[in-house]
Parts: sequence; structure tokens; C-alpha cells
Amino acid sequence: MAPTKPADGITPEIVAEHGLSESEYKIILDRVGREPNLTELGIFSVMWSEHCSYKSSRRHLGKFLTKSDRVIQGPGENAGVIDIDDGDAIIFKMESHNHPSYIEPYQGAATGVGGIMRDVFTMGARPIALLNALRFGAPDHPKTKSLVAGVVAGIGGYGNCVGVPTVGGETNFHEGYNGNILVNAMCVGLARTDNVFYSAAKGVGNPIFYVGSKTGRDGIHGATMASAEFDDDSDEKRPTVQVGDPFTEKLLIEACLELMATDAIIAIQDMGAAGLTSSSIEMADKGGVGIKLNLDKVPQREEGMTPYEMMLSESQERMLMVIQPGKEKLAFDVFEKWGLDVAKIGVTTDTGHLVLTHGRKTVCDIPISPLADDAPNYDRPHVPTEPRDVLEPHQVPEPTDFNDALLRVMTDPDMASKRWVWEQYDRHVMADTVDSSQSGGDAAIIRIHGTNKAIAITTDCTPRYCYADPVEGGKQVVAETWRNLTAVGADPIAITDCLNFGNPERPEIMGQFVGCIEGMNEACRAFDYPVVSGNVSLYNETNGVAIPPTPAVGGVGLISDLGYFKTLKGMKEGETLILLGETKGWLGSSIYLRALHNREDGAPPSVDLAAEKRTGDYVRKLIRNRRVSAVHDLSDGGLAAAASDMAFATGVGVALTNPSDLPGHAWYFGEDQARYLISTDANSINPILATAEGLGVKAQIVGKIGGDRIKATDAFDVSLVGMRDRWANWMPDLMSGATETV
Amino acid sequence: MQTAVIVFPASNCDRDAATALEKLTGKAPRMVWHNDPIIPDDVRFVVVPGGFSYGDYLRSGAIAANSPVIQDLKRKAEAGLPVLGICNGFQILTEARMLPGALMRNTNQKFVCRISRLRLANAKTRFTKRYDAKNEIDIPVAHHDGNFFADDDTLRRIEGNGQVVFRYVDNPNGSRNDIAGIVNEAGNVLGMMPHPERAVDKLHGGTDGIPLFKSILESL
Repeated sequence: MAPTKPADGITPEIVAEHGLSESEYKIILDRVGREPNLTELGIFSVMWSEHCSYKSSRRHLGKFLTKSDRVIQGPGENAGVIDIDDGDAIIFKMESHNHPSYIEPYQGAATGVGGIMRDVFTMGARPIALLNALRFGAPDHPKTKSLVAGVVAGIGGYGNCVGVPTVGGETNFHEGYNGNILVNAMCVGLARTDNVFYSAAKGVGNPIFYVGSKTGRDGIHGATMASAEFDDDSDEKRPTVQVGDPFTEKLLIEACLELMATDAIIAIQDMGAAGLTSSSIEMADKGGVGIKLNLDKVPQREEGMTPYEMMLSESQERMLMVIQPGKEKLAFDVFEKWGLDVAKIGVTTDTGHLVLTHGRKTVCDIPISPLADDAPNYDRPHVPTEPRDVLEPHQVPEPTDFNDALLRVMTDPDMASKRWVWEQYDRHVMADTVDSSQSGGDAAIIRIHGTNKAIAITTDCTPRYCYADPVEGGKQVVAETWRNLTAVGADPIAITDCLNFGNPERPEIMGQFVGCIEGMNEACRAFDYPVVSGNVSLYNETNGVAIPPTPAVGGVGLISDLGYFKTLKGMKEGETLILLGETKGWLGSSIYLRALHNREDGAPPSVDLAAEKRTGDYVRKLIRNRRVSAVHDLSDGGLAAAASDMAFATGVGVALTNPSDLPGHAWYFGEDQARYLISTDANSINPILATAEGLGVKAQIVGKIGGDRIKATDAFDVSLVGMRDRWANWMPDLMSGATETV
Repeated sequence: MQTAVIVFPASNCDRDAATALEKLTGKAPRMVWHNDPIIPDDVRFVVVPGGFSYGDYLRSGAIAANSPVIQDLKRKAEAGLPVLGICNGFQILTEARMLPGALMRNTNQKFVCRISRLRLANAKTRFTKRYDAKNEIDIPVAHHDGNFFADDDTLRRIEGNGQVVFRYVDNPNGSRNDIAGIVNEAGNVLGMMPHPERAVDKLHGGTDGIPLFKSILESL
């Protein structure tokens, strides 16, 4: 059936403007069987964009472990679903909003939060926690401060209004992000296992409802923008950034959850990237049906919108759903109660085609399966990153002044307190936040409302390790989330990932991508810790300079009984610090090396996954047996940083010792993996050491708790309060303009 | 004891308030929808919860102050019904002129969420009898518009009447006289920016909010 609207005379220039290659256009001609009109071309272009089709990454993502006893739904839906017992399910995902946030930080970040929340409540879950992993350029880069201020305000402005606590995340600074910041938002929701909603449309002749904000001209081609590099004119892309309305999002959450408590919804999908196009096509494709939409019925914010604009708009806070016939009135009533725009805009059909009418004319009639199934799937050439030499401790200069060394490490931009950020987020709304960013702990702990169990959540990534060695770095990312969940006593269950990389058409970038996935997957398999959802953000480059490879990972674990959990707070005067795990004094790619010598060379620490597993399992056992009063994992900055964190959180001093043969800088600042610092009373020391020996876990007494100083034998001796003030003030000083250099 | 929580479309602390009330009264509060013209007669205590009422794009609480349910709340409060407005609820009560003053944007222009330490400025009200006047208490704040302002005459009057109930020890928002919470002249309507309903549980925010709820509930 040919459209009644004549072809628009598609030229090679128009094809190129839509980000489609010549060969991709040939496939379109073949599958449609004629020249597409502009609307049809636009639909193909967004569906086949990198952002929607994962054309460079798909074949590699398929390697991930995605199943376990607790996985209800892995990748492929709006978000992943895991079982946390008692009929409760946790639904979660992390997603990038990098390109929009660089162009327009407040709205870019705000709509990133809105989008990820919709992915979660679309599946029937009430959002219960938000986290975000942020990477900005160098602190002294002229754009950094305004980007930080805008992004943080945007995240807070959206999440605070909707009423979902923002409980954790990370904020890093590095010149590698000067031209491309990363804003990765994660949302975690709670549903019942027997009331999870999916996106596959079913049946023929079932009504399709549009709910939420009206469609405007904002965000047209946002998905295409997110699939290309930036150049000096990227500011001109501001009109492709959408504007968020958290009030409408809140109404949508409440209305959708209210309707989901009935049996009215057959399928539901939020309109995210590529708006009405991708939502309708994904629903139809998954359900194996066709869809017919009458665009005249789409609620519109502006007059005279064309079908092309309506299908490509990325206006926010909109949902598409297939409603059970006979339940239309029920649906209308619920949405009208919440004051939302709602319209029946179409029906499911048996044609297998997407048919759009506008002004009584057919303006699009294309087969659906090629849009999804025939999307390009490239095996891009990739070359592995050149391995680096291992730096031995003696190859790294010892500090002349250890007090200054500790100060430099603790006020490194990645190490300093991020209170300036998280104080702008409501962390307490919903009244189930047991622990959050404010303790400086390893993972946020969110109680499942009305129960005595909780989930632990963390996000992590160490891009400098991934840059130095994608495979080991990839392992480390997953291992660190697993360790952070373990450190609070949670059983790690599954992860979501947000893979941020440069231009995949460059073999060395593709090599980073493939390497990171290999390392991550190896760790996932070692821990039985699958990937259940995720997102890929490529083309994070400006003028040919790529970001460091940044595969951010969000991990979720279960604390089945809140009588047994630990944080880094809680150590008491007179207790003993025990270090679990092997220390070789690894200084390559360390914070010490960067903070003191402005160097980022050397191989990153290798990750012994078996040792990680052994040590972590023991830590969880110690927490359950109430053998420890505080636990903290070791990561950036090593033992000295971990002990300082614990002292800052508790307000009690520490005195560290060096029982090893290593020089002080390697012992205190080395970043060997698979290590935890625990605090315990005198009675538990011997049993802990003895059991560790039996398990093959290295355990050493490394310090005492007490006093008001942070000190270490043959190394530093500083006032706790003085060091904490410097650590706490780094970011307020930066943001007030008075950056001081130490 | 029947209590109630007013629910606006973007209230977001309504569940937290309800959880706290149920914990302390043993009975679920009535959730009264913003469009309801009448608060049921059996209700003895009303909480106007935190959140963003109708999105608060105009001025926090300005539209909510004109909603049907607030007109009835005004009538009932004038007749003596005790009311607690928390955060956005406090903003709504000032916009509705049930409490004096106004809540402006925080002086640093940023949203602030932290545990705030408060001093009891008046431990003899119906809402604070259970507190020891000498003790400071920790109650979380989370707001963008919590900067309490009143003109000099009003400020002198409410200070003189003992209407100032809580003061910040470390003022997070620029409020005049460090004011965190005030009552009306009759003493049956309390508005405060800190969230006592987030401080009734030792696993979440501590328990310094419990005496507030106990004080008012015991006075009924």
C-alpha cells in the first residue's frame, strides 16, 4: 500500500543530515520497497541511530551474564527486574544524559532523572531511590563550575519535586571530560513480582492511549544528537534539549501506579529517546502486531506540527499504553483525576505495519520488523589497548612530607567531600533511608517500606584504570560495586551499567569498549552477579578528543535483616583495625601518583576475582556474626584514605601501623584490590585472624582507634578535625571561586 | 484517635506523615484529597505535608492556599482544630494567612537537605510540652524556600507572644531570627520547615520528632 502523500524527493544530502549512511539508506529502500517520504525517513533515522539501535555495541553486549536465580527480567525491557523474596521485586536501570547535559546542564540533567524514573515506573515499580554518577572536566576548566552548578541543581530540582530520595552516586573531575561531561542517572523501584508490566503490545483492535504532557517541538532529533561527536558549534544544538516538568512526572507516577493496580493495562512504554516513534515501534515489534495511529488525536502544545515533528519530538513526561478493551473509561477516569492529558490515539492491528494518518491522509506506512530487526549491527574493528609496565614501589618517589601527602590525597578532586553536591538532594523523603551519601559510606541502604529488610545500592567506576587497561579496569568496576555492597553486609544480586565511550568508529576506542566488557563480564561471572539492564553512550568526543573509557556500574544487593548491617561509622575508642586482603603496595595509576606527582602512568592494580570472592564472603560472614563494629572497603587512596574516611565519619582518631616490608607510601597509599578495613573489639581479634587464616584470607592488625589525630607509624600525624576541614572545604571553595592549591 | 493528612497532587511527604501518625496513634489517618470541600468531622488533628503541592512553579504554596480543602481547613482551624504544616505545608499555611510571615528562597539560592539542630524557643505550646526546653533536638530539613521573613512589627509581635517555637542553631536558609517554626496566636496551628515526621524512627533520621507528635496528640 503506497502512502497517499507523495514522496518528498529524498536527496543524498537529506539522508546524510539524518545520520544515515548510503548503505543504510539502500536497506531502507529495499525494505520499504519504494522511496520513503520525509516522515518515514525520520522514523528510520532515529530507530537506527546509535542511541536507539546499539548498532556498534549490540554484538558485544550479548556476551554479558544476564541470568541468575534472582533475575526475573534481564536486558531488553525498560529496566531489569530482580527478586528480593516475599513477593517483592526490585526494578532498576542506569542511563546517560551526557550530550544534553553538556549543552544545557540544568534541563539535561533534570530530564535524565525524569527519563530513568519513567523506565522504572513503566514496569510497575514505585521509584524508591535515585543515584547519579557524574564526571566533569578539570576543576579549573572555565566551563566546569557552571556545569557542576547546573547539573546538580537539575538533578535536585527534578528528584526533590517528584519526591524520590537521591541517596548516592559519585562525582569525579578530570581534564578528559573537559569537552564531554557525563551525567549517568540510576533509578531503583519497588514492585510486586506478580504485578510487573512489560512493553509487548498484544491482540488486535486494542486501543492505544497517549498519557501525559502535550507534544511540542522540543528534543526533535535528540537521539541523533546523542549519536554524534561534538564540535565547536555544539551550543547551537540547544533546541534539541528537552525541558523537564517534574510535577507532571509525579502525576504520571501516581496515575500509572493507580491504573496498574487494576487489570486495565495490556502493555505500557514510556516515550523516551525518539519519543512516539520508538515507543510505538518497540511495543508493536515485541508483541508482533501492527499499529495504526491517528496523529490528529495526539495532544499538541503547538499549532501546525507536522507528522515528522510529532513522531520525532522528545517532549518529556509522556507514556503510551495498550488498554484492555472495555477498560477505556476506567483509564480515562484515573488520568483525569490526576489532571493529565489523555487521548486514545490508535489501535493495534494485524498488518505488521506502522501506519500513521494525519488530516485524514496516510502519511506513513512502513513495515515494523525491519525498523527493529534489520537495524544495522556492525562489527567495528577494534584494537586492544597497549599494556603498560607495572610500577614497582621503588619506582615511585616517597614523599618528603607524609602529612602533606595525606592532605594532597584527601583533597584530590576525586577524594574530597562531595557534601556541596548531595546536600542539594532530598535524601530523606519516603522515610526509609537508613544510610546515604551523608555518611560517606560504601553503599546507600534503603529499607523496603514496612519491612525489616533493605536493599543496598552503589555506583562505581575508576576511569583511570579503564584507560590504562580496559580489561582489568572493567573487572575492577564490577568488583568495586560488589565490594561496596559487601561492606555494608548486603548480598550482591545484580548490576546495571552505563557504558560511556568515545567514537566507536575509531579502532582504539572500540578496543576500549570491547576490553571493558570482557573484564566486566569476567567479574560478573566470577560473582554470579549478572547485568540486568543498561545503556550505551558513544561518541563522547569533542573535536576528536575522546573521554576516558567510563563504564559506570550500579550494583544492587539485599540485606534480608536490618538487624545485621554495618557501615563505615560505628568504630569505638580502643578498638583494633584489621586489614583483610593482600597488600603489595600498588601505586601504578593511583591517586597518590596523580595527587603528588601529577602522573597517571603505570598499569592499574590487577583484580584477583577469586581473592575478591573469598575475602568478600568472609566480610559478610563477620557482619552477620556481629564480629565487627565498622567496615570500609579500600579503593582510591588505599589504606590511608579508608582509615581517614572512617575517622571523619565517626569523629574518632586512628593510629595506623605498617607491619609489612613495604615502604610507607606503598603501604599506606597503594591501591591493591580485594581489601577491606574492619574495626573490632579485643575479644574478636583472635577469632577473626584464625578464621581468616583457615579461609586463606590474609588478615593483619594495622591500627588502633582512639584520640583526635590521624596518624601512622613513620608517616603522617595530623589533627582529625584539621584534615576533615580541608577535605570538607575543597568543593565549597571550588564553587565559591576560591580554589586553593595545596 | 482520628487524624488526617491533606494530599495535593504533588505532595510527596504525605506517606511519611501518614506512617508517622499511624505509628503514634495506632490508626491510619484519613487521606483528604485537595479537591474535597470538607474535612471529615471525626478528624481531630490535621497534617499539611511537605512536597510541591501543584508543582509550585508560581510561588511555593500559593495556589494550594486557594484549594477547596484549605478553605475548610481555615474554618476548622479558626474553630480550634489543631493543624501541623510541615515544609510545603508551612508555606501553604502562610500563603493562606493561617500563619504570619512568608517563606522566601534560601539565601544561598540552593536546595538544602541536612539534619538541622533546633533550639526550643517555646517548650510550653501544645506541640512542644513533651520536650525539655534545655535540650537541643535534631530534625532533618529539605527545602529550597525556607527562608522565613516577616516585617519588623510582625516579628516583634510573634516574638513577644511566644509564637516562635523552634530556632535553628545553625541557620541553613537565612530565616530572620533563625526561625524554624511558629504557631498562630491561638496556639493550635504550627508551621515548621524541618520535618518531624522524618524523625520518628531510629533507623531513619532519629527519634527527636516523636515528642512533638505525642505532645499534640495528648492534648486532644
